[in-house]
Amino acid sequence: MSQTVMNQTFSQTFVRIIRKAKTQQSVYLVFAWLALVVIVLTFIALVGQLLLEGMPRLRAEFFTNFASRHAERAGILAAWVGSLMVIGVTMITALPLALATGVYLEEYAPKSKWVLLIELNIANLASVPSIIYGLLALGVFVYTLGLGQSVLTAGLTLALLILPMLIVTTREAIRAVPLSVREAAYALGSTRWQTVRHHVLPYASPGILTGVILSVSRALGETAPIITIGALSYIAFLPPPPSSAEFPFINFDWLFAGFTVLPIQMFNWTSRPEAAFAANAAAAGLVLLVLTLFLNAVAIYLRQHIRKQMQW
Amino acid sequence: MLAAGLSVATTLGIVLVLVTESVHFFHTVALSDFLTDTVWMPLFAEPRYGVLPLIGGTLVTAGVALTLAVPLGLGVAIFLAEFASKKTRETLKPALELLAGIPTVVYGYFALNAVIPLLQLFIPELPGFNMLGAGLVMGIAIVPYMASLSEDALRAVPVHLREAAAAMGATQLQTAWQVVMPAARSGIVAALVLSVARAIGETMIVSIAAGMQPKLSANPLEQAQTASAYIVSVVLGDLPHGSVGYQSIFAVGLVLFLLTLILNMLAQIVRLRSVRL
Repeated sequence: MSQTVMNQTFSQTFVRIIRKAKTQQSVYLVFAWLALVVIVLTFIALVGQLLLEGMPRLRAEFFTNFASRHAERAGILAAWVGSLMVIGVTMITALPLALATGVYLEEYAPKSKWVLLIELNIANLASVPSIIYGLLALGVFVYTLGLGQSVLTAGLTLALLILPMLIVTTREAIRAVPLSVREAAYALGSTRWQTVRHHVLPYASPGILTGVILSVSRALGETAPIITIGALSYIAFLPPPPSSAEFPFINFDWLFAGFTVLPIQMFNWTSRPEAAFAANAAAAGLVLLVLTLFLNAVAIYLRQHIRKQMQW
Repeated sequence: MLAAGLSVATTLGIVLVLVTESVHFFHTVALSDFLTDTVWMPLFAEPRYGVLPLIGGTLVTAGVALTLAVPLGLGVAIFLAEFASKKTRETLKPALELLAGIPTVVYGYFALNAVIPLLQLFIPELPGFNMLGAGLVMGIAIVPYMASLSEDALRAVPVHLREAAAAMGATQLQTAWQVVMPAARSGIVAALVLSVARAIGETMIVSIAAGMQPKLSANPLEQAQTASAYIVSVVLGDLPHGSVGYQSIFAVGLVLFLLTLILNMLAQIVRLRSVRL
């Protein structure tokens, strides 16, 4: 074979290899875009379906009526008030615990086996299925502690559920505060606690807030653990108000009252065969979707914003 | 310190509750029946407690979900990490995170009222509840999770590896597939394992759309109950505290917990073993 012929076959082979690689890349890119299109279309279909079915139901009465046997008259009053109360309990319990754990693990804890164990454990808890938390609550809060199927039980259950996530985001926010801030505080004679309280936490607070908002959104949409504690009864009353005109002005009876929450109400309506209730479910789903998407959007915006603003 | 201990206490609490109630359950039901019997009929006059149909239902729905979620999630992750411009990435990534925030009960409604009717147009004999529809929607719900975790893993791979591949004349896809992916292997495996755990533990979508009858079947076109959906179906009915039926949900929960625990541990081990480049 002459030199030129050999060169020719070589270059042909090269061209073939390059073409093949380029075709593969084009095929992949088509696939990636298709994947994105599928995801976006699904999302549009999901929202569209809810709008189509649920929009006619979304009138003012829907927010001020209790659930009812008559689909057209049914509303989500008990559900949204219940959601508000449950999430109140959840955040009041979970936030101080998450802050304490986050600060301890980032600022105080020595590098020991015990701390490694806690870290592994938190990572594991974060991915335990939520229904397992429901079983824990059923065994401990409902029966052992006798709290019943109350606002308090639901709030504490969700607090346990979001705690790992809240701890992780708190730690990340604290870790993002540069060492120089701490060193400056120490150089001026602050104690460790003063440094944390007056310097680290204020700088970390936007990041912590992001975590809080994401947790609220998660708690708002969580259904399985609350069903598991047995709260799927027909609720046509509100828990007693937390404040009253007579002494002592504040009462905690609402903590022990029966309740329902938005996702439960939606699940309840979804599992009924009548089409009229499916419309109610769609309307409740729309309310839920708007709330969670809004909260998530705020959290994501906040995070991007911090990322841009904080140039240490 | 005390607060940090609470997380350990939660885990211990979960194990304690699940194990004690399960022990009561296994006083009535032999462990061997539980693990090998192929019929789950806890509420019949002659109850049979074979957990296999529930595990089968769980695995089939999870399988359908992952068949959809893994290629889509990974494809999107590679695109975001290796191909997308900064601007595209900064629009798509938050959008994905937004999707991850949709409550699963909403996805369940969507599966039952939109996806299954749509599937029935193509497969007329499909029942109103089935594992295919529930699994597909669950897959869509998991894509953002899978994509986000894998993208983090891919982006953690240092740029000089990509530059070296490019200098050797590799296309972007060859670089992504043959250099970046192997380097990010541990992170991607962890993402995969966590997605599996998520699919196994997912409750609302399957409770709403996969059906309520335990049935040992590998055919996703049929309806079947998953382990998580069984727990929901029992607590919806009014079983008295202390009955065998009540205890059975803790036994099923224990199985579920152990499955996800093993998967999580696997993910942790892979992650801890990963070599920093």
